[in-house]
Amino acid sequence: MKYSIPKTITNIESGWCPGCGHGIVTRLLAETTEELGISDKVIIVRDVACGSMQSGVVTYNNIGAAHGRTIAVAAGAKRIRKEDIVIANPGDGSAYSIGIESTMHAALRNENILALVVNNSVFGMTGGQMSPTTLPGQKTTSSPYGRDTSYNGNLLDIMKVLNTFDIAYLARGSVDSPSAVMKAKKYIKKALMMQQDNKGFCLVEILSPCPTNWGLSPEDSLKFIKEKQQEYFPLGEYVDKGGYDK
Amino acid sequence: MEKISIDVSRCKGCGYCICVCPSGAITKSEEVSKKGYTVISVDESKCVQCGSCYKMCPDYVFQIF
Repeated sequence: MKYSIPKTITNIESGWCPGCGHGIVTRLLAETTEELGISDKVIIVRDVACGSMQSGVVTYNNIGAAHGRTIAVAAGAKRIRKEDIVIANPGDGSAYSIGIESTMHAALRNENILALVVNNSVFGMTGGQMSPTTLPGQKTTSSPYGRDTSYNGNLLDIMKVLNTFDIAYLARGSVDSPSAVMKAKKYIKKALMMQQDNKGFCLVEILSPCPTNWGLSPEDSLKFIKEKQQEYFPLGEYVDKGGYDK
Repeated sequence: MEKISIDVSRCKGCGYCICVCPSGAITKSEEVSKKGYTVISVDESKCVQCGSCYKMCPDYVFQIF
Protein backbone atom coordinates (compact mmCIF):
# COMPACT_ATOMS: atom_id res chain seq x y z
CA MET A 1 0.00 0.00 0.00
CA LYS A 2 1.18 3.51 -0.77
CA TYR A 3 1.57 6.12 1.91
CA SER A 4 2.42 9.64 0.91
CA ILE A 5 2.41 12.83 2.93
CA PRO A 6 -0.75 14.90 2.25
CA LYS A 7 -0.27 17.87 -0.07
CA THR A 8 -1.57 20.31 2.52
CA ILE A 9 1.45 19.64 4.73
CA THR A 10 4.25 22.11 4.01
CA ASN A 11 8.01 21.64 4.10
CA ILE A 12 8.32 24.02 7.03
CA GLU A 13 9.68 22.30 10.10
CA SER A 14 7.21 22.16 12.96
CA GLY A 15 8.05 23.73 16.31
CA TRP A 16 6.91 20.74 18.31
CA CYS A 17 9.21 18.78 20.59
CA PRO A 18 10.49 15.35 19.47
CA GLY A 19 7.73 12.79 20.00
CA CYS A 20 4.87 15.28 20.25
CA GLY A 21 1.48 13.86 19.27
CA HIS A 22 0.34 17.09 17.61
CA GLY A 23 2.26 16.18 14.46
CA ILE A 24 0.39 12.89 14.12
CA VAL A 25 -3.01 14.52 14.75
CA THR A 26 -2.25 17.22 12.16
CA ARG A 27 -1.36 14.59 9.58
CA LEU A 28 -4.59 12.68 10.29
CA LEU A 29 -6.54 15.89 9.75
CA ALA A 30 -4.71 16.59 6.48
CA GLU A 31 -5.26 13.02 5.27
CA THR A 32 -8.97 12.96 6.07
CA THR A 33 -9.70 16.35 4.48
CA GLU A 34 -7.77 15.28 1.39
CA GLU A 35 -9.73 12.03 1.15
CA LEU A 36 -13.03 13.89 1.49
CA GLY A 37 -11.90 16.53 -1.04
CA ILE A 38 -12.51 19.44 1.32
CA SER A 39 -8.92 20.63 1.90
CA ASP A 40 -9.57 24.06 0.35
CA LYS A 41 -12.69 24.63 2.46
CA VAL A 42 -11.12 24.01 5.86
CA ILE A 43 -10.75 26.78 8.43
CA ILE A 44 -8.78 25.89 11.50
CA VAL A 45 -9.24 27.82 14.71
CA ARG A 46 -6.06 27.43 16.66
CA ASP A 47 -5.36 28.06 20.27
CA VAL A 48 -2.60 29.87 22.14
CA ALA A 49 -0.76 26.67 22.99
CA CYS A 50 1.31 23.96 21.35
CA GLY A 51 -1.54 23.45 18.88
CA SER A 52 -0.98 26.94 17.47
CA MET A 53 2.22 25.74 15.78
CA GLN A 54 -0.03 23.83 13.42
CA SER A 55 -0.55 27.03 11.40
CA GLY A 56 2.86 26.79 9.69
CA VAL A 57 2.69 23.05 9.15
CA VAL A 58 -0.57 22.90 7.16
CA THR A 59 -1.73 25.26 4.45
CA TYR A 60 -5.26 25.72 5.78
CA ASN A 61 -6.69 29.13 6.51
CA ASN A 62 -6.56 29.65 10.22
CA ILE A 63 -7.83 31.96 12.91
CA GLY A 64 -5.85 32.53 16.08
CA ALA A 65 -8.30 32.64 18.96
CA ALA A 66 -7.65 33.80 22.51
CA HIS A 67 -6.61 31.02 24.85
CA GLY A 68 -9.53 28.73 25.64
CA ARG A 69 -11.88 30.40 23.19
CA THR A 70 -11.26 28.30 20.10
CA ILE A 71 -14.61 26.52 20.20
CA ALA A 72 -16.54 29.78 20.68
CA VAL A 73 -14.64 31.45 17.80
CA ALA A 74 -15.14 28.38 15.59
CA ALA A 75 -18.87 28.46 16.29
CA GLY A 76 -18.96 32.12 15.16
CA ALA A 77 -16.90 31.38 12.04
CA LYS A 78 -19.22 28.53 11.07
CA ARG A 79 -22.33 30.67 11.51
CA ILE A 80 -20.92 33.21 9.04
CA ARG A 81 -19.31 30.78 6.59
CA LYS A 82 -21.73 27.88 6.47
CA GLU A 83 -20.19 26.34 3.37
CA ASP A 84 -16.77 25.96 5.00
CA ILE A 85 -15.55 23.20 7.27
CA VAL A 86 -14.60 24.72 10.61
CA ILE A 87 -12.36 22.83 13.00
CA ALA A 88 -11.47 24.09 16.47
CA ASN A 89 -8.17 22.76 17.65
CA PRO A 90 -7.80 23.23 21.40
CA GLY A 91 -5.77 21.19 23.87
CA ASP A 92 -7.08 19.70 27.07
CA GLY A 93 -6.14 22.73 29.16
CA SER A 94 -7.96 25.01 26.79
CA ALA A 95 -11.09 22.96 26.12
CA TYR A 96 -11.64 21.60 29.64
CA SER A 97 -10.21 24.23 31.95
CA ILE A 98 -10.04 27.78 30.63
CA GLY A 99 -12.63 27.16 27.94
CA ILE A 100 -14.91 24.57 29.55
CA GLU A 101 -17.82 27.00 29.35
CA SER A 102 -17.40 27.46 25.58
CA THR A 103 -17.17 23.68 25.14
CA MET A 104 -20.34 23.10 27.18
CA HIS A 105 -22.38 25.86 25.58
CA ALA A 106 -21.29 25.02 22.03
CA ALA A 107 -22.45 21.46 22.78
CA LEU A 108 -25.73 22.75 24.25
CA ARG A 109 -26.35 24.87 21.15
CA ASN A 110 -25.30 21.89 19.00
CA GLU A 111 -23.06 24.13 16.88
CA ASN A 112 -22.12 22.51 13.59
CA ILE A 113 -18.35 22.37 14.17
CA LEU A 114 -15.69 19.81 14.98
CA ALA A 115 -13.74 20.29 18.18
CA LEU A 116 -10.57 18.24 17.82
CA VAL A 117 -9.11 18.16 21.31
CA VAL A 118 -5.54 16.97 21.80
CA ASN A 119 -5.41 15.62 25.34
CA ASN A 120 -1.92 15.25 26.78
CA SER A 121 -2.95 15.60 30.45
CA VAL A 122 -0.83 18.74 31.04
CA PHE A 123 -0.63 22.40 30.04
CA GLY A 124 2.17 21.82 27.54
CA MET A 125 3.42 25.15 26.29
CA THR A 126 3.43 26.95 29.63
CA GLY A 127 5.77 24.38 31.15
CA GLY A 128 3.77 21.29 32.06
CA GLN A 129 1.39 22.46 34.76
CA MET A 130 -1.49 20.36 36.05
CA SER A 131 -4.63 20.40 33.88
CA PRO A 132 -8.15 19.02 34.55
CA THR A 133 -7.12 15.79 32.85
CA THR A 134 -3.91 15.21 34.83
CA LEU A 135 -4.08 11.69 36.25
CA PRO A 136 -4.19 11.08 40.02
CA GLY A 137 -0.61 10.72 41.23
CA GLN A 138 0.86 12.23 38.05
CA LYS A 139 3.75 14.61 38.71
CA THR A 140 3.62 17.97 36.98
CA THR A 141 5.39 21.26 37.64
CA SER A 142 2.43 22.50 39.71
CA SER A 143 1.88 19.15 41.46
CA PRO A 144 5.47 18.05 42.15
CA TYR A 145 4.41 15.30 44.57
CA GLY A 146 1.77 13.96 42.21
CA ARG A 147 -1.87 15.00 41.82
CA ASP A 148 -3.67 14.50 45.14
CA THR A 149 -7.38 14.16 44.36
CA SER A 150 -8.39 15.10 47.93
CA TYR A 151 -6.60 18.45 47.53
CA ASN A 152 -6.61 19.13 43.75
CA GLY A 153 -9.97 17.57 42.95
CA ASN A 154 -10.89 14.81 40.59
CA LEU A 155 -10.01 14.67 36.95
CA LEU A 156 -12.48 15.58 34.22
CA ASP A 157 -13.68 12.99 31.75
CA ILE A 158 -15.45 15.02 29.06
CA MET A 159 -17.08 11.87 27.63
CA LYS A 160 -19.03 11.42 30.89
CA VAL A 161 -20.11 15.07 30.75
CA LEU A 162 -21.17 15.35 27.11
CA ASN A 163 -22.63 11.91 26.42
CA THR A 164 -26.04 12.93 27.69
CA PHE A 165 -26.11 16.05 25.47
CA ASP A 166 -27.94 16.21 22.18
CA ILE A 167 -24.83 16.35 19.96
CA ALA A 168 -23.87 14.59 16.74
CA TYR A 169 -20.65 12.81 17.60
CA LEU A 170 -18.41 12.20 20.58
CA ALA A 171 -15.40 9.91 20.47
CA ARG A 172 -12.00 9.38 22.01
CA GLY A 173 -9.05 8.04 20.10
CA SER A 174 -5.36 7.70 20.81
CA VAL A 175 -2.07 7.80 18.92
CA ASP A 176 -0.10 5.24 20.93
CA SER A 177 0.20 2.62 18.17
CA PRO A 178 -0.31 2.41 14.40
CA SER A 179 -3.67 0.64 14.87
CA ALA A 180 -4.86 3.30 17.34
CA VAL A 181 -3.79 6.01 14.88
CA MET A 182 -5.93 4.43 12.15
CA LYS A 183 -8.91 4.26 14.52
CA ALA A 184 -8.44 7.91 15.48
CA LYS A 185 -8.39 8.77 11.78
CA LYS A 186 -11.70 6.98 11.33
CA TYR A 187 -13.25 9.06 14.13
CA ILE A 188 -12.01 12.35 12.63
CA LYS A 189 -13.27 11.38 9.19
CA LYS A 190 -16.70 10.48 10.54
CA ALA A 191 -16.95 13.78 12.40
CA LEU A 192 -16.00 15.75 9.26
CA MET A 193 -18.61 13.87 7.22
CA MET A 194 -21.21 14.76 9.83
CA GLN A 195 -20.25 18.41 9.62
CA GLN A 196 -20.61 18.30 5.83
CA ASP A 197 -24.17 17.07 6.34
CA ASN A 198 -24.91 19.67 9.06
CA LYS A 199 -25.50 17.08 11.79
CA GLY A 200 -24.27 19.23 14.68
CA PHE A 201 -21.56 19.38 17.31
CA CYS A 202 -18.77 16.84 17.06
CA LEU A 203 -16.02 16.44 19.63
CA VAL A 204 -13.13 14.07 19.03
CA GLU A 205 -10.52 13.79 21.74
CA ILE A 206 -7.14 12.29 20.94
CA LEU A 207 -4.89 11.03 23.74
CA SER A 208 -1.50 12.31 22.77
CA PRO A 209 2.01 11.95 24.22
CA CYS A 210 3.99 14.85 25.71
CA PRO A 211 7.41 13.32 26.47
CA THR A 212 8.93 16.69 27.40
CA ASN A 213 6.48 17.55 30.17
CA TRP A 214 5.86 14.01 31.35
CA GLY A 215 9.60 13.58 31.87
CA LEU A 216 9.58 10.30 29.96
CA SER A 217 11.30 9.03 26.85
CA PRO A 218 9.06 9.02 23.74
CA GLU A 219 8.83 5.23 23.90
CA ASP A 220 7.81 5.26 27.58
CA SER A 221 5.24 7.97 26.78
CA LEU A 222 3.44 5.55 24.46
CA LYS A 223 3.42 2.97 27.27
CA PHE A 224 2.13 5.64 29.67
CA ILE A 225 -0.84 6.31 27.35
CA LYS A 226 -1.59 2.62 26.96
CA GLU A 227 -1.22 1.62 30.60
CA LYS A 228 -2.14 4.69 32.66
CA GLN A 229 -4.01 7.31 30.60
CA GLN A 230 -6.39 4.83 28.99
CA GLU A 231 -7.28 3.44 32.42
CA TYR A 232 -8.93 6.77 33.25
CA PHE A 233 -9.90 7.74 29.70
CA PRO A 234 -11.30 4.68 27.89
CA LEU A 235 -11.28 4.88 24.10
CA GLY A 236 -14.27 4.52 21.83
CA GLU A 237 -17.30 6.24 20.38
CA TYR A 238 -19.67 7.62 23.00
CA VAL A 239 -22.26 9.46 20.93
CA ASP A 240 -22.87 8.56 17.30
CA LYS A 241 -25.90 9.73 15.37
CA GLY A 242 -25.20 6.90 12.95
CA GLY A 243 -25.15 6.33 9.23
CA TYR A 244 -21.48 7.11 8.68
CA ASP A 245 -19.75 3.76 9.09
CA LYS A 246 -17.80 3.73 5.89
CA MET B 1 6.78 -2.88 -5.80
CA GLU B 2 6.64 -0.09 -3.27
CA LYS B 3 9.73 1.41 -1.77
CA ILE B 4 10.31 3.38 1.39
CA SER B 5 11.64 6.89 1.06
CA ILE B 6 12.86 8.95 4.00
CA ASP B 7 13.65 12.60 4.53
CA VAL B 8 15.99 12.59 7.51
CA SER B 9 16.28 16.37 7.51
CA ARG B 10 12.81 16.40 9.11
CA CYS B 11 13.68 13.75 11.72
CA LYS B 12 13.81 14.76 15.38
CA GLY B 13 14.97 11.35 16.58
CA CYS B 14 11.97 10.51 18.81
CA GLY B 15 12.25 6.84 17.91
CA TYR B 16 8.53 6.01 17.55
CA CYS B 17 9.30 4.36 14.22
CA ILE B 18 11.93 2.16 15.85
CA CYS B 19 9.52 0.81 18.47
CA VAL B 20 6.65 0.17 16.02
CA CYS B 21 8.64 -1.32 13.11
CA PRO B 22 7.65 -5.02 12.94
CA SER B 23 10.76 -6.10 11.05
CA GLY B 24 13.41 -4.17 12.94
CA ALA B 25 14.46 -2.31 9.80
CA ILE B 26 14.82 1.08 11.51
CA THR B 27 17.68 1.93 13.82
CA LYS B 28 19.22 5.06 15.31
CA SER B 29 22.07 6.14 13.10
CA GLU B 30 25.22 7.91 14.23
CA GLU B 31 24.39 10.83 12.01
CA VAL B 32 23.48 14.07 13.74
CA SER B 33 21.23 16.45 11.82
CA LYS B 34 21.87 20.19 11.40
CA LYS B 35 19.52 20.87 14.28
CA GLY B 36 21.37 18.50 16.58
CA TYR B 37 19.04 15.51 16.56
CA THR B 38 20.35 11.96 16.20
CA VAL B 39 18.39 10.79 13.18
CA ILE B 40 17.24 7.31 12.16
CA SER B 41 18.35 5.09 9.32
CA VAL B 42 16.44 2.39 7.43
CA ASP B 43 17.72 -0.97 6.25
CA GLU B 44 15.73 -1.27 3.03
CA SER B 45 16.43 -4.98 2.66
CA LYS B 46 14.50 -5.65 5.90
CA CYS B 47 11.65 -3.21 5.17
CA VAL B 48 8.25 -4.83 4.46
CA GLN B 49 6.47 -1.56 3.41
CA CYS B 50 3.79 -1.96 6.10
CA GLY B 51 3.56 1.79 6.72
CA SER B 52 3.71 1.60 10.54
CA CYS B 53 6.52 4.16 10.61
CA TYR B 54 4.51 6.51 8.36
CA LYS B 55 1.50 6.22 10.67
CA MET B 56 3.44 6.96 13.84
CA CYS B 57 5.95 9.57 12.65
CA PRO B 58 5.05 13.04 14.04
CA ASP B 59 7.48 14.79 11.69
CA TYR B 60 6.53 13.33 8.29
CA VAL B 61 9.87 11.64 7.60
CA PHE B 62 8.51 8.53 5.85
CA GLN B 63 6.73 7.94 2.58
CA ILE B 64 6.07 4.67 0.81
CA PHE B 65 5.50 4.59 -2.92
